This record gives sequence, C-alpha cells and structure tokens, in this order.
Amino acid sequence: MKLRVFVTLKTGVLDPQGEAVRHALGALGFEGVNGVRQGKMIELDLAETDPEKAREQAHAMCEKLLANTVIESYHVEHA
Amino acid sequence: MKAAVITFPGSNCDRDLAVAFEGVGAQVTRVWHKDTELPAGTDIVGIPGGFSFGDYLRCGAIAARSPIARAITEFAARGGHVIGICNGFQVLVEMGLLPGALLRNTNLKYICKPVALRVVAENSAFTAGYTTGAQITVPIAHHDGNYTADAQTIARLQGDGRVAFTYVDNPNGSVADIAGVLSENRRVLGMMPHPERAFSTVHGGTDGRAMFDGLISAFAPA
Repeated sequence: MKLRVFVTLKTGVLDPQGEAVRHALGALGFEGVNGVRQGKMIELDLAETDPEKAREQAHAMCEKLLANTVIESYHVEHA
Repeated sequence: MKAAVITFPGSNCDRDLAVAFEGVGAQVTRVWHKDTELPAGTDIVGIPGGFSFGDYLRCGAIAARSPIARAITEFAARGGHVIGICNGFQVLVEMGLLPGALLRNTNLKYICKPVALRVVAENSAFTAGYTTGAQITVPIAHHDGNYTADAQTIARLQGDGRVAFTYVDNPNGSVADIAGVLSENRRVLGMMPHPERAFSTVHGGTDGRAMFDGLISAFAPA
C-alpha cells in the first residue's frame, strides 16, 4: 500500500528557503506571490494492506523519524 | 579524563576532536556508530562535526537514531557529559537531549569563518576554562546553524543560564544570537562553532583550547 507523507515547517517557523523562492518568483515577474513555504514529500510503499493500519504506521514513522515535530508538522495521504 | 569520540559515516571532525582531547591529556577512544556501548569508564562523549549520513532527511536525523545514540542517551541520563559540535549539535537536538532545532542559515549560504562569541554560561565544566562574559574567536563552518526554539523555551534557557555561548555578530539568524546551549543538568553542551579548530597556534587561534583545559580540570581527581 502506497502512502504519501507531507512534511512542512510549522506555521511561525521562518522558512528562509521559501522566502528565497518567493523573491525569485517576484524577480521573474510573477506578481502577487504572498508567501512560499517549502517542504518535502515522502512516498512510502508498505506491506500493510489495511488502509487504517497503514496510516497508523506512517504516523508512527513521522513521530519517530520522518518529521522533527519541534519545527515541522506532517500529514499522511493514501497515494 | 576518558573521552569517547563518535564517528558516523560522513563525520569529518572526529579526528580533530580526538586530537584536541588528547592535547590536554585525555585518554581517547574512537567509537563507531554501530557500536552499542560506550567504553567502560567514559567521562565524556564527543559528537563531532561533519555531514553524518550526508545530511539526508534532516541534519543529524539519521545519526540520532543509530545504535550508539541509544547508548549516549543512557549515558546522559546517568549524568554523563556530552559535547556535540556543529553536526554533533544537530545530532543532540534530533536525539532530544537538547531543546530546539537548527534551521538553514537565513542567508542560505554555507558560512565558514572565524566568529566572535560571548561566553555566557556559568557553572558548567564546558565553560570552566573561561571567564564569564569573555569574548573569544572560534570558527564556524555550517549551512544549518540557525538555532530556533519557541519563545517559552528560549525564555527558560536564558532564565536558567543555559545559553552557553552567543554570537557577538549573529551570522546565521539564530534566535537570541544563540551559538550553544546546555541541558538542564548542564552536562550536555551543543554548539555550532568549532573549539577543536581553535586549539593550536597553527589553527590561527587558540581560544577553543580553554574549553578542553576546563574539562580536564573538571575531571581531575580531587
């Protein structure tokens, strides 16, 4: 079963990379870009076939490794 | 003093750290990340700088889940001293032994240069060789040294005197100019600057040596 984990910086945590991307978009003439937040997407291919159990596993993985919950939040989707 | 210096794949300051410990007379054992135990009688663990596991996922994240990390957590829980420098600091926050996190530098650049630090903390073996308030020059070499924590954590660190060093001229965007922090029991230190790279005159500065001198005297038999 495939899942996608999205890890992003928490609201309020400065994202210098996102800011740099926002500036670059402005320089390219894209107007009205009020904010850019950069994160990462992690695709998991799990042996588990029960969707709810697979989601629980992915959440446990986020808490233990995939996200640093001091600065990052995450959400899990079925791919 | 018996020091254990850890090596992860991608560590590159492990030898420098070992040389600094040996330079003040410590007995150093090099420990591999797959080891599950620290050498018997270890007084202090050194987690060196570098790019452990290629900085994959997040700086220090994989190293913080390695077999030796469990042994270091137990060692710290027993009151052992641990110093994490640069990537070692990132490993310590990922292990949860120190609060906060280290983000990308605000200017998005890898910064490698000597910087001026203020010695802030009192009553720690790591700063025993310095006068509180002293200004010292120690090199930094990092891309992700922008220390962050929530406002309550910062207030607690400052209130408890757990900010070990601050930058005189903040190079990376760290909250409250923080360059290094101590654990609650003051026995775990994480810092981005490299005292082991300011140890000998050939390094162009020796302001880092006092940290190792201070540690040796803290562990000297009474």
